[in-house]
Amino acid sequence: MRINFRIRRYNPESTEHKKPYWQEFTVDNVEATDRVLEVLHRIKWEQDGSLSFRRSCSGGICGSDAMRINGRNRLACKILVRDVVEDGGTIQVEPILGLPILKDLIVDMEPFFAHYREVMPYFVNNDPVPEDGRERLQSSEDREVFDDTTNCILCAACTASCPSFWANGKYVGPAAIVQAHRFIFDSRDQAAQERLDILGEENGVWRCRTIFNCTPACPREISVTRAIGEVKLAIQRGSTEGIIHPDTIPAKQGHH
Amino acid sequence: MKIHKHEVIIVGAGGAGLMAALYASEGGADVAVVSKLYPTRSHTGAALGGIGAALGNLEEDKPLWHAYDTVKGGDYLADQNAALVLAEEAIAAVVELEHYGLPFDRTPEGRISQRRFGGHTSNFGEKPVRRACHSADRTGHMILQTLYQQCIKNEVNFFDEFHVVDLIMNDGVCAGVIAIELSTGEFHIFHGKATLFATGGWGRVWSFTSNAHSLTGDGAAVPLRRGIPLEDMEFYQFHPTGLYGLGVLLTEGIRGEGGVLINRHGERFMEKYAPSIKDLASRDVVSRAIYEEVQKGNGINGKDYVHLDLRPATVNRFLAEAGEDRRLTEEDIRRKLAETLDVSRTYAGVDPLKEGIPVKPTAHYAMGGIPTNVDAEVIIDAVGTVVPGLYAAGEAACVSCHGANRLGTNSLVDLVVFGRRGGIKMAEFCKGADWPDLPGSAEQVTAEIRAEFERIRNSNGKIKTYQLREEMQKLMMEGVGVFRTEELMAHTVEQLKDIRHRYMTDLVIDDRGTKFNTDLLEAWELGCLLDSADVTAISALNRKESRGAHSRQDYTERDDDNWMVHTLVYRENEAPYDPEPRYSLNMERPVDVSLADEDERFIPKARVY
Repeated sequence: MRINFRIRRYNPESTEHKKPYWQEFTVDNVEATDRVLEVLHRIKWEQDGSLSFRRSCSGGICGSDAMRINGRNRLACKILVRDVVEDGGTIQVEPILGLPILKDLIVDMEPFFAHYREVMPYFVNNDPVPEDGRERLQSSEDREVFDDTTNCILCAACTASCPSFWANGKYVGPAAIVQAHRFIFDSRDQAAQERLDILGEENGVWRCRTIFNCTPACPREISVTRAIGEVKLAIQRGSTEGIIHPDTIPAKQGHH
Repeated sequence: MKIHKHEVIIVGAGGAGLMAALYASEGGADVAVVSKLYPTRSHTGAALGGIGAALGNLEEDKPLWHAYDTVKGGDYLADQNAALVLAEEAIAAVVELEHYGLPFDRTPEGRISQRRFGGHTSNFGEKPVRRACHSADRTGHMILQTLYQQCIKNEVNFFDEFHVVDLIMNDGVCAGVIAIELSTGEFHIFHGKATLFATGGWGRVWSFTSNAHSLTGDGAAVPLRRGIPLEDMEFYQFHPTGLYGLGVLLTEGIRGEGGVLINRHGERFMEKYAPSIKDLASRDVVSRAIYEEVQKGNGINGKDYVHLDLRPATVNRFLAEAGEDRRLTEEDIRRKLAETLDVSRTYAGVDPLKEGIPVKPTAHYAMGGIPTNVDAEVIIDAVGTVVPGLYAAGEAACVSCHGANRLGTNSLVDLVVFGRRGGIKMAEFCKGADWPDLPGSAEQVTAEIRAEFERIRNSNGKIKTYQLREEMQKLMMEGVGVFRTEELMAHTVEQLKDIRHRYMTDLVIDDRGTKFNTDLLEAWELGCLLDSADVTAISALNRKESRGAHSRQDYTERDDDNWMVHTLVYRENEAPYDPEPRYSLNMERPVDVSLADEDERFIPKARVY
């Protein structure tokens, strides 16, 4: 099939275009089952080598290639042509929103990772390790309650879909809350209260207005809004006890 | 030009690099991690099924059994001392990962859960054993996340999106590396006492691969150009279950849970090739079996793939036939193999709960690489002379604990065990070592690499990078793939010269800019791929036997009398970017068989599964 692309371009070194602009490309012999990333590669390789974007694994796990495809944040390697367009149609691609554009589809990820680092995104347990020198014990049920948020790949698709984040870049954003959630609800961790204190401040969870953009944006199908809600509840109650019941965790459906 | 000074410089931020960074920082060293990707983009994150360690949480297990499986799986080319270190220290390394917060799945007793994996057995090959510690089927993702988190906690310095392009050697001593900052295109010098390469592999040498686009062999080529040899490059693993059409990996954990390979006649064909452990034979054996089935016309619909069948009805039928009590349910699959379901549905439109998944072997893992000893110190010759200040770990390195074929899960074991050892060793080294001098001014040190980049930036020929890359990938797939012959390999060596000639004289790129010039970097990476391909093809052509992943149709037998040695290849040219590289081979490094001295079960013998 033949597919048209409308791509948001920006090159800080360009003398011709001082601001971002749209450029159109046409690609022939596209298969409906091609990943959008493959077609972007064909444009870069066959038509314009200066087209710049991040990518690595091409299998939906590294989180490099989050971009706005037909108005929705997607991983270009995890969305197939047939998912977004029919023969002869146009795929619109632009950088994710809310982060400074550096070149074409590449945005500055530093503000995103700075928010990540703010929430103590690491395991804390200051007790001595078990005397037998082996692992700490954890029940399967305790392991299950934070399973969903361990899926996060830090692609920024959620944070860059969030109107609250667009309006105020100081808001830590959904991804940082998801990362904090993964530790707050881990029975082995000891710094839940410190994280809840951080997230209870003015640029923490209360900036979330439950707009729900983050959840459908997540390529890992994490229930992001739900996770944020659980953190809000833990802050209100001053405790993580009894907030998540393993039985009520929604099953993943798989993208089609 | 900016010069950064840190005691320990780590190139690459995957599992091995972060493990080394973590342990070097805990040892008190000032550490900088330099990576062309953001750390969490590294390919360790794509590792699926598990990390092997003889914890014995579900049934009896011993490190010596793990070492035996590793040596046997490696077709007796693995250094036995290294395999023993791997197996013994896997236990402490995995437990420490758990202490760092890694969310392993749990047994009913709350311990780390374990599953079966190819080639892992109890009691010296008796029966499959549950040794692979797992976190669903995204174990690598959780290892990468956990290590990155702990490095942040330890305030390790990260230089993200700094692409290392040259190694600084001064009179035989490593003094650091040169990197390009992607966002500006500027060159930076990283001056260190100890430098560790943990850059992963070079799967992009082949056309059908599980590897990320970023795995272009930079970490093999850069040291090679500065006089460091590469070891055992002929041994490259093709994983049996790449998703048809894409090459994306489907975990061996699927077969660990009971999944089976099926041909067009509905036969579980591995029963013929590996009667005792069948679908869980080591990867080289299973990949060759799939090729043979396809050659016999037994591929599905007569095509070049077979089915990986995970449906509970199929799995449970074979479990019952084998007299096993356990059964697999759809719920088990959803829980333990969520990535498998997602990948199959997203990319192949196949629901593994309802139909077989189309698979074929995919280029996956380099057993060879930068030669090191068990402390991750790089060695430069057959007697193990250490290069002061230079280290390597993970897939980029060759310890050699994998020999001629790596067992599933042992890549993760390798990177945590030897990354950890490298980190500890570097911290120790830095306490006693003086700062090495840079061999000249910043301008002088970077002159050669800047010239090479300017050559590429200003190239004005007719051929684009992707055309030459695809030509190389196809050539290597046919010439130095699953099955090999003298004629095809010799042809490959010659054709690679032709591709390189055009790369040096007739290349063109579109982007002449400085910022995020990925066009320029892809072209430079092609040079690294060509170096990796050259050494792979030359090493393969030289080894006149079949062993592990190196399977020749003209020398079909393993030949222990002549080939119980490691291959070392050197680049002989004085100039690092000489358009006509010359290579020399050294076949003097014997395989370590020290365990066989005390235990006759480690004496090389025919490998039967």
